[in-house]
Amino acid sequence: MIGKLAWRNTWFKPLSTVLSIILLMSSVAIITVLILLQKQFEEQFSSNADDIDLVLGAQGSPLQLILSSVYQMDAPTGNIDYTEAKTWMQNPFVKSAIPLAYGDNYLGFKILGTTPDYLAKFGGKVEKGKMFANTFEVVIGSEIADKLQLKVGDTFFGSHGDAKEGEKHEEAAYKVVGIASKTGKVVDNLILSNVKSVWAMHDVHDHEEGEANHEAALNSEEGKEITAVLIKFRNKMGIVLWPRLIAQNTKMQAASPAIEINRLFTLFGIGLEALQYLAYGIMLISGISIFIALFNTLKERKYEFALLRIQGASRFQLLQAIIIESLVLCVIGFVFGTILGRVALLFISKSSDEEFKIAFNPLEFVWDKEGVLLLVTIFVGLLAAIIPAIKAYRLNISKTLSNA
Amino acid sequence: MFAFPDIVCNEGETLLVTGNSGVGKTTLLHLLGGLLRPESGEIVIDNTVINSFSERKLDHFRGQNIGLVLQQSHFIEAFTVLENVALASWLATGKQKMEKAKQLLEHLDLGNHLHKLPSQLSVGQQQRVSIARALINEPKLLLADEPTSSLDDENAFKVADLLEQLAKEFKTALVIVTHDSRLKERFSNQISLS
Repeated sequence: MIGKLAWRNTWFKPLSTVLSIILLMSSVAIITVLILLQKQFEEQFSSNADDIDLVLGAQGSPLQLILSSVYQMDAPTGNIDYTEAKTWMQNPFVKSAIPLAYGDNYLGFKILGTTPDYLAKFGGKVEKGKMFANTFEVVIGSEIADKLQLKVGDTFFGSHGDAKEGEKHEEAAYKVVGIASKTGKVVDNLILSNVKSVWAMHDVHDHEEGEANHEAALNSEEGKEITAVLIKFRNKMGIVLWPRLIAQNTKMQAASPAIEINRLFTLFGIGLEALQYLAYGIMLISGISIFIALFNTLKERKYEFALLRIQGASRFQLLQAIIIESLVLCVIGFVFGTILGRVALLFISKSSDEEFKIAFNPLEFVWDKEGVLLLVTIFVGLLAAIIPAIKAYRLNISKTLSNA
Repeated sequence: MFAFPDIVCNEGETLLVTGNSGVGKTTLLHLLGGLLRPESGEIVIDNTVINSFSERKLDHFRGQNIGLVLQQSHFIEAFTVLENVALASWLATGKQKMEKAKQLLEHLDLGNHLHKLPSQLSVGQQQRVSIARALINEPKLLLADEPTSSLDDENAFKVADLLEQLAKEFKTALVIVTHDSRLKERFSNQISLS
């Protein structure tokens, strides 16, 4: 009954109730989005960088090298000489080295020249068809198969570079020979071929007149370039030694995904933190709004409280009524905020998926952090209710009624 | 500081306490209702001395044994008429006596207004709702503080009749505090404070 009383009172003055709920909802939504984004972002970043100790690539920004070669999010830093890279790839320190060569794209999806190891690194398998073996054979990621409705046996022409509208290579078509299983990682949005396909495509392009040299040129690795090499070490000392070693002895650079991503996180960690403060600020304001709403109605409702006391309600029950009322607001605000935050994440996910091929899962619950958020929300509710509740508790019935 | 003479009111009886403003009529009523505590003297209701009760016990006793009708009717604005009456039974006994509340309200000619909000009723109707609310727990003592002062003649007599009739019906001692001359003519058992 006290609960019913609190519930009815909540909706008896809907305007201020709705204001309080909207404020709470906004702050909870922002914080929820931040919690989910941070968690899933970090997860995606670290899982994509699994088993990559160093990335070997052209000189330039190490962050750019990592972003482009590990996360497929940026333009490559440039090309490196394959023969030179190979001397490092065959170093005894190295456990595995996966070459990456970027060339073309198909409708915005990158065509990546690499080895079958690349797919295996992400825990992917060829689900339908077979692994690429010959030039111009490709295995497509599961997302691409879904989005573009490509099947094994289909052929397509790539466009040069990484822009959708790039010049089309109409001289030779790629043929889909396999579709990869879903991994939830960047490889789902890539078209994989062997490195030779990338070279061949550009040789065809460059040497249209000199058909005679073509075959010979294709088979030699002399002067061929690739974009980057993903390296996993047998001996972890390499992670420490190689960046300097490579910088001193070659025109290449070696960058560590762990270090670069850490740097990136610290960079936008500041932004996330600022947003978080903003959200808690809004929560504080909503707390004040609830406080003011309760405090104002207290004046109008002191007769109601006196009345309740006359009818046998204890002081404790009045205290309860006010606190429940505040908590009702908070819980409603929290529930709607949680939902709103997830809807927002859905939209963020859609646009980030289109732009960076990174998708977020709005249905994930980060129980510990969201649990803390619920506790904070309830605490705000209690804090807002405490003064009005004490005032109601201390209400002097006789005086209240005599002044009527 | 007020001093009051000994006042006795038996069950089923009506006692009118009259006097000008400022002589302590309301204070007396609050003392009788256990809203205030006397500095000396005793208040005995149904053979129970209530002065020394703890706050909680007093709340409980008041809910079960004392009904109050105030000059201005206050209600839980967010509750319907029926819920307001039922709430009084819940607060006193822990049970919502919906049926009884309905009967009582119908008895008081409010059968058509059960599910309206109190603010939608006229002043006279509101006063009758507060009488129903005061009587739902069949209290030993019914206190009425200027129950007729905001009513017109017709409603004032209607309310006075109702109060007297119901007090007899429920075997309740009825104490009315008023300076309303219409009531002074209506009730014979009077005490005048000065």
